[in-house]
Amino acid sequence: MGPGPSIACAITLNSALTPDQQRLYQDPQVIQRLLRESRTVAVVGLSTDPQRASWFVASYLKKEGYRVIPVNPKANEILGEKCYPDLASIPDPVDLVDVFRPAAECLSVATQAVEIGAKALWLQLKLVKIEAAELAARSGMAVVVDRCVKMEHGRYFGRLHWAGMNTEIISARKARLP
Amino acid sequence: MVHAGHVPDAVTGARAVPIYQTTSFVFEDAEQAAQLFELKQYGNIYTRISNPTTAVLEERMASLEGATGALATASGMAAQLVTFLTLLEPGDEIVASSQLYGGSITQLVHTLKKFSIGVRFVDPSRIEEWEAAITPKTKALYGETIGNPRGAILDISRIAEVAASRGMPLIVDNTLATPSLCRPIEHGATLIVHSATKFIGGHGTALGGVLLDSGKFDFSRYPSVAAPSPAYHDLRFYDTFGHYGFLMKARAETLRDTGACLSPFNSFLLIQGLETLSLRMERQSASALRVAQFLEGHASVAWVAYAGLPSHPDHALAKKYLPGGAGAVFSFGLKSATAAEGRAAGRKFIEGLRLFSHLANIGDVRSLVIHPASTTHQQLSDDELSRGGVSPELIRLSIGLENVEDLLWDLDQALRAP
Repeated sequence: MGPGPSIACAITLNSALTPDQQRLYQDPQVIQRLLRESRTVAVVGLSTDPQRASWFVASYLKKEGYRVIPVNPKANEILGEKCYPDLASIPDPVDLVDVFRPAAECLSVATQAVEIGAKALWLQLKLVKIEAAELAARSGMAVVVDRCVKMEHGRYFGRLHWAGMNTEIISARKARLP
Repeated sequence: MVHAGHVPDAVTGARAVPIYQTTSFVFEDAEQAAQLFELKQYGNIYTRISNPTTAVLEERMASLEGATGALATASGMAAQLVTFLTLLEPGDEIVASSQLYGGSITQLVHTLKKFSIGVRFVDPSRIEEWEAAITPKTKALYGETIGNPRGAILDISRIAEVAASRGMPLIVDNTLATPSLCRPIEHGATLIVHSATKFIGGHGTALGGVLLDSGKFDFSRYPSVAAPSPAYHDLRFYDTFGHYGFLMKARAETLRDTGACLSPFNSFLLIQGLETLSLRMERQSASALRVAQFLEGHASVAWVAYAGLPSHPDHALAKKYLPGGAGAVFSFGLKSATAAEGRAAGRKFIEGLRLFSHLANIGDVRSLVIHPASTTHQQLSDDELSRGGVSPELIRLSIGLENVEDLLWDLDQALRAP
């Protein structure tokens, strides 16, 4: 169950970003729109190890009905999906590029994301590279930095709450079914 | 207090928090079941690990404390134990304030010893004692916002600085202040524990405890949280769940394995209490100050230890950390020439009260009284008693919601009784 309509609570906990950067790269409206409208998610740096955070996120997204495209030059197939060495090799359009690589590689990933015409760039929790975010935003992409796709999905669809976590959502409106 | 953690559900729209009085939850299919057990999906499996009613209490407490999340337990003692067993390994040590609830001291000294975990107690007001007690084995500092029963106020930000400089978490028991009067995370504390049995519930109807994490501490040097877990397919909780790592470990392993879970019905009762928390704390603290002032001026009273009074050594700290009131629990001593006379006078005074309930609890809407030396602290040695600031004549009050004039009348008639 997700929260009802008209939710615009500020989500401020657990981020290394400044308040100004949070307004630009952690906008709850943008995050909710990306979760709602994205169908194809390229996970850059998806590990072959099922106990890594990237695997947790990708398997969760797949279960939630997203098409997950693994990007990892060292693997042929992950989660039963064909794996590509880089974003440029993916033959289909990509809605969201979710990045699990060190900050030093983010600028290069952002450049590739722009080149393939992806609609959004998402740098995972604790991954802060503002130049990469600025580059993608200048090209018209929606950008999220220092947040986890799985946690945000859980926040707005009512499941993160079941784990006793502070979603920072306050609403007196009836929830919506997913 | 009234909204956080609960969005009316999509099917019924129930406004009050429903009680999910169930032990277990059906799976969608075999694959979802497997993913739930591997923590790859959010969801409920078994009420020993999580429950939707309890989740409302947990998120509401996290919201009030400014924490990243919370874990509810069967009692405050369970919240502490789950914290220690999640964070510490055999051979580790804790440095703790000597001004603690007697049951906490017993748990630290005797029960943790069975896990080969040591404790060193310090005078909480002396920063140099905290510094000196830290050894290479020390993994956490521990204290109470308002110490029980002498009302010592923990200088949270200074002790948090000591903890931060040594790369270890400060754990604060915030039971007597509640987030209504003090939010220790704002002053640098990492982990918060509560006995929700007290002011959180407020009505004396349900036991419960809560553990909260600020989400700001770097646990990467704590193998108990960061290393591959043999009890969970070598999962690295801190690496995988980030700021939720400690709480996920506490829930999926420690709570699972200790079974110290909270009943959903108790969660519901504690949620009812939370809805009026700030109103009760405001009123009960104001009444406590009136009662403390009255006793301080009474001919039969030797001393009053309430940090809301200028006579208390920690009054300045109370003004800093508890600007809205110094809480509703404090102690005082009757005038007496000898220890035996003090004990006898204490007993006679308690027998003479007509409105205060004589029992072993605090934080009720009814006013309570107890004589710790013969009850809550009786398992402690004389040395532990005096280090904890408990003298034979000490009487502890917990001020409730009654009309304060009625309370003053009751105390006065009991003090004057022949």
